[in-house]
Amino acid sequence: MKKSIICISCPLGCNLTVEYKNKVITSIVGNACSKGPKYARKEIFSPERVVTFTVKITGAKTPLLPVKTDCAISKEKMFDVIKEIFKIQVKAPVKRGSIICKNICKSGANLVATRTME
Amino acid sequence: MIKNVDAIVIGGGPAGLAAALSLKNNKIKKVLITERENSLGGILLQCIHNGFGLHRFKEELTGPEYAERYIEVLKNTNVEVLLNTCAIDIISIGTGKKIYLMSKSNGLIEVNAKAVILAMGCRERNRGNIAIPGSRPAGVMTAGLAQKLVNHYGYMPGKEIIILGSGDIGLIMARRMTWEGAKVKAVVELQPYPGGLNRNIVQCLDDYNIPLYLSHTITNIYGNERIRAVDVAPINEFREPLKENSFNITCDALLLSVGLIPENELSLNAGISLDKVTGGPLVDSNLMTNIAGIFACGNVLHVHDLVDWVSEEAENCGKSVSAYIKDTAVQKKGIPVKTENLVKYALPATLEQGKPGLISLRTIAPAENTTIIVVAGNSVLYKKTYKKIFPSEMQRIKIDKVPENTDVIHVFFE
Repeated sequence: MKKSIICISCPLGCNLTVEYKNKVITSIVGNACSKGPKYARKEIFSPERVVTFTVKITGAKTPLLPVKTDCAISKEKMFDVIKEIFKIQVKAPVKRGSIICKNICKSGANLVATRTME
Repeated sequence: MIKNVDAIVIGGGPAGLAAALSLKNNKIKKVLITERENSLGGILLQCIHNGFGLHRFKEELTGPEYAERYIEVLKNTNVEVLLNTCAIDIISIGTGKKIYLMSKSNGLIEVNAKAVILAMGCRERNRGNIAIPGSRPAGVMTAGLAQKLVNHYGYMPGKEIIILGSGDIGLIMARRMTWEGAKVKAVVELQPYPGGLNRNIVQCLDDYNIPLYLSHTITNIYGNERIRAVDVAPINEFREPLKENSFNITCDALLLSVGLIPENELSLNAGISLDKVTGGPLVDSNLMTNIAGIFACGNVLHVHDLVDWVSEEAENCGKSVSAYIKDTAVQKKGIPVKTENLVKYALPATLEQGKPGLISLRTIAPAENTTIIVVAGNSVLYKKTYKKIFPSEMQRIKIDKVPENTDVIHVFFE
């Protein structure tokens, strides 16, 4: 299999051409640095993204508290996680970095607050 | 109410926060920040996505996290902060400045300051700025406004969305709308290349199969009370829409991500000269405007793509202001910086003889294997070849020492 992907590790945005066979990469062309192959392997076999969102909060200046997954999660699980986030409601005060939901949807990531709300 | 301070910082966003902290670190006693919103942090607070702070903190933070890192440090200083307070006028009296502020709780506040730092940021270009034909229905708004509505208040601008402009804000909003359950039907871009970073094209559009129409524009808006559709047309090399090839897309919201303009009404009233290209004040290497004692940094000076460089610029500004207040600034003759060949702008407008310099610049169009050259007379101050260069990426060039005997500094691509 041959696939063209853009490396998103840095703003350079190299166009990588990746060839692979049975979950093994056979060649990568177009990367400017060593981050390219690492990114390509992940992106082709198990792509991951960080989800940043808001949850409802009561007793704060604004009705929404910004949150994020504390590490990248599998792209496939993204919309399950989002569905779960919609159900969450918290009360102020909340400290930045505090865990809002542990191992959300068994994604391996915790949902954490990204803003302190008093 | 009358207040006497050493320096006033107008705006409590990333530029204002870093400038105020820099003033404290440089031993300025009385510093006041005035902010028109109800909390410090500025636009960072509505930028809940990550990608901030890679240079500054060597990690990827969200906007609120980046802002709070500064706000927390500021809380441990004696910097005074006035929230919900709008600056309405700056007047020079002798070497001092009088600044008028207005707020609901305090009424009119008169501030006497030795120096002013302008850190008001920028605002979005809107439908009026780009003159899209058609009716005037609800549902047409700037991408940043939509971002504020969704991320601060939980209001959705629509369910079927079209985005005009592929700058980073537009791309981030395409993903945000998709995550919130809306369908983003198209991102339309006038230029033949995307306005935002490649990584945002991948993680905001490609991930969700959102079509990007390059070299296209919106030629009509339909709808009486609410927007119901737009016409999208390809453009030719003269940027004329080819109406015979246009197509119609139904929608209930149109988000505009068509550029930012430094917010300088206050500066203009104060008599500050602006640069026609950046839209921000013309400044010297100390980031001082044509009015002694008034300085500028951040997006009010020129629109940045990375907040990390806003913070750095604001810190430098704070340093210059403290030298100005302590009267230790030995100003040598400013050498004008001239731009040529593909350079959209270079900032500052002048550099100081015998001192190091930092030039921020942008290219007019994307280029590959191009060399940025800075020369003064016969000496080459900087020369570096870039593999790829985009208008969306600001370049920062450090000059070790500006020569003593030179009349002009040239910045160009080759």
